[in-house]
Amino acid sequence: MKTYLPPKFIVERDDSRCIRCEVCVNQCTFDVHSYDAEDDELRSCEENCVGCHRCVVFCPTEALTIRRNPLDYRENYNWRPEVIEDIIKQSETGGVLLTGMGNDKSYRIYWDHLVLNASQVTNPSIDPLREPMELTTYLGRKPDRVEFDSHGLKTELPPQVKLEVPVMFSAMSYGAVSLNVHESMARAATEMGTLWNTGEGGLHPKLYKYGDNTIVQVASGRFGVHPEYLDIAKVVEIKIGQGAKPGIGGHLPGEKVSAEVSSTRMIPKGTDALSPAPQHDIYSIEDLAQLVYALKEATNYTKPIAVKIAAVHNSAAIASGMVRAGADIIVLDGLRGSTGAAPKIIRDNVGIPIELALASLDDRLRQEGIRNQASVVIAGGIRNSGDVAKAIALGADAIYIGTAALIALGCTTCQQCHTGKCAWGICTTDPWLTKRVNPDIGARRLSNLLRGWSLELKDILGGMGINALESLRGNRLHLRGMGLTDTELEILGVRMAGS
Amino acid sequence: MKEAVTIDAKGIFYRELNAKLRKAVSNGTQKIELRNVYGQRYIGTDLDKPVEIEIFGTPGNDLGAFMDNPRIIVHGNAQDGCGNTMNNGEIIIHGHAGDILGLSARGGKIFVREDVGYRAGIHMKEYQDKKPMVVVGGTAQDFLGEYMAGGVLILLGLNLKEGERHKANFIGTGMHGGAIYIRGDIEEFQLGKEVGVAELDENDHSVLKKLIGEFASHFDYNAEEILKHKFIKLFPLYLRPYGRLYAY
Repeated sequence: MKTYLPPKFIVERDDSRCIRCEVCVNQCTFDVHSYDAEDDELRSCEENCVGCHRCVVFCPTEALTIRRNPLDYRENYNWRPEVIEDIIKQSETGGVLLTGMGNDKSYRIYWDHLVLNASQVTNPSIDPLREPMELTTYLGRKPDRVEFDSHGLKTELPPQVKLEVPVMFSAMSYGAVSLNVHESMARAATEMGTLWNTGEGGLHPKLYKYGDNTIVQVASGRFGVHPEYLDIAKVVEIKIGQGAKPGIGGHLPGEKVSAEVSSTRMIPKGTDALSPAPQHDIYSIEDLAQLVYALKEATNYTKPIAVKIAAVHNSAAIASGMVRAGADIIVLDGLRGSTGAAPKIIRDNVGIPIELALASLDDRLRQEGIRNQASVVIAGGIRNSGDVAKAIALGADAIYIGTAALIALGCTTCQQCHTGKCAWGICTTDPWLTKRVNPDIGARRLSNLLRGWSLELKDILGGMGINALESLRGNRLHLRGMGLTDTELEILGVRMAGS
Repeated sequence: MKEAVTIDAKGIFYRELNAKLRKAVSNGTQKIELRNVYGQRYIGTDLDKPVEIEIFGTPGNDLGAFMDNPRIIVHGNAQDGCGNTMNNGEIIIHGHAGDILGLSARGGKIFVREDVGYRAGIHMKEYQDKKPMVVVGGTAQDFLGEYMAGGVLILLGLNLKEGERHKANFIGTGMHGGAIYIRGDIEEFQLGKEVGVAELDENDHSVLKKLIGEFASHFDYNAEEILKHKFIKLFPLYLRPYGRLYAY
C-alpha cells in the first residue's frame, strides 16, 4: 500500500561542507543517509527521519541541518498534522498506535505556574558556599513518636534509607534500556549517594555490587524476581502502575529479548515479555497488603517496601490504603511519566498532573494523621532543580527522574523508544548500538547532573534562609501560584502570588 | 543443631511463626513439623535451605511465596497464592488449593491431590534448567494456565465422574510458552484462543510418566492406571500472541 504519510523532517546537507566521511550513514539507525559511490554523493531518505539529531551532532563539518517539515495543510485547529498522520497510520496498519517517552501534549505544567520564596531583610538568607547545607533525606516509615533512654534512642525504627541528594533514577528496565544505561545509573547513584531503580526486567549480575544503591522492582510480570535479587536491594518496589500508561500492562517485544536480556528476565530468548495489566495476586488493598508483607517476610523486614502507582483521579484515597497496607514508600507517577513503549492514546489521555496529585495525596495523608507512616516519592516530567524544590515544598520526600537522566545520556526525546532503534544507544538492546553509551562517561554525565542540581537546591534553600531540605518539605508557604484559578490554588494548597 | 523439631502454631501470628522457622532453619534443622496451623501466611518464604516442613492444618495465603528450596507437605488444604513467584523447592498438598496456584513461578514442583481454584499456573515461566511443574489431581476453575510462558501444568481430573467435563473455561488464554497436559473430558470451547491441541509425542509421554509417577507416590495412586487414560497436550500457537497488535 502506498503510504500517504509525508516526511516529518527535512534533511539539509551543505554540500560545500560535506567531506563524504559517511559518519551520518553510520550513525543513523533509521536508514536516512546513504552514500552513492558512483556519483560521489550523499543522499537522504527523508521519510525515515525521526529528528533525533544524532547525525547533526556527529557530523564533523557541521554540514547537516534537520528541520521540521512545515506540513502546511490548510490551517485547522481541530485537524492538526499529528491528528491527520495518526489516522493515516492506523488506516494503513489497523493497529494500536505505539509510542515512547512521555505525554507531549499541552496540558498545563503547574511547575511553571508556581514560584518560590526568598528571604529579604526580615530574616537573613544563607550563603551555601560558606555555610553547611543539608539535603539529606531518609526514606522509610517513621514512627508516630520516639522515646529515648540513657543509651539514646529507645524506639526501634523501621528500616530507613539515606539519600545524600533527594533525586533518584526512575525505573527503566533492562530490555527497555541497555545494560550500559543501567550501569551508568548504578554507578552515578553510588557516587552521589542516591538510588537507582532496576525497573521490572531484573538485574544483571554484573550490577549486584551496586546493590546498596539499588531499588529492585517487582511488577506484574515478576521478571527476574528471585531471592538473591530481593536480598541485594536496598529497597523493593512493587509496581502497580506507571504514569505513561496507567492501567496498562507492558509488552517487551521479542526482538528486544536478546540472550543477555533473556538471562536477566529469566525467560527464553525472542519471546515477548508480557507484563499483565494487573498483578494477579492484587485485586484489593487487602491483597496489596498481602504482597507487601510477603516481600517483608521474604526480606526479613530489613528494607523498606515501596509501592508505585500512576497518578489517577482517586490516587490520594488509594495512597491512604497503600500506607495502611504497609507500604513504607509511596511512589506517584504523573501524567507526563515516560515509557519505553505505550499505546499513544493511553499516554496522551490517561492520568492526572503530578503536581495536583501530589498536593492532594500529601493533604489526604496529613488529614488522616498517617503522613509519617510513609515517604512520598514523585515522578513524571521533573525537568530541573526548580521543579524538585517545588515538589518538595508541595510535600514530596524525594523525586525520581527518568527522561531527564536519559537526556543527560544523549536522548533528544525523539519518541522512538518503542522501535528499539535508538540512535543514541539508550533505549535499545542491539549490541552495535548499546556501545554508544559508555558507562564511564554515562556515569560521569549523570553524576554531573545531580551535582549541578544539588548546588542549585542549596542556593534555593539558602535564598529562603533555610539550611536543611527538611525545613522546606511540605512547607507550601514557600510557594505562590500565578495564572491559576481559585480551584487550582485550593487543590495545590498555595496562595496567589502577591497575597 | 537439631535434625527435627515440632512447632505448635496455635495462636501464633505469622510473623512470629516465620521467625521461628527462620531460626530453626539457620540452626541447621532438617525437618520441621508444624502442628495446629490456622491460616498463617507466607510459610516457607525466606527459607533458602532444603528443609522439609510438614504442615498439619490449614496454611494461609502465599504458602511458599518466593520460596527457594524447601519441601513443604500439607496435610490439609492450601489457600490462595500457593507457590507465588517460587524459585525452587516442592509443595505437596493432600487436599485442595485456592486461586493463582504457582503464580509466576519459575521453578520447583507443586502437587495438589484434589482441585485448584481460578488462574492456576498463571504466568509461570521457565529459563534454561529452571522449569516449574504443577500436577493437579482433580479439576480446575477458569483461566488455568493463563499467560503461561513456560513450565508444565498437568490436570488429571481423577475425581471427575464418568462423562463429566473439567470445570475450567478459557484454558491457556494468552499462553505463550510451556505445555499443559489434560486428562479427562474437555470441549474445544473451554480453551483459550491462543492454544492449540496436539497429540502426545514420546517426549510428552516421558514428562508425564515422570511427574505422574511422583504424583502417584505422594498420594498413593497407581501411576500406570492414571497413564492408561487419554491425555491431550495444549501448546501455545504463538510465541508472541500480541505481537501483531501495534502500528508504529
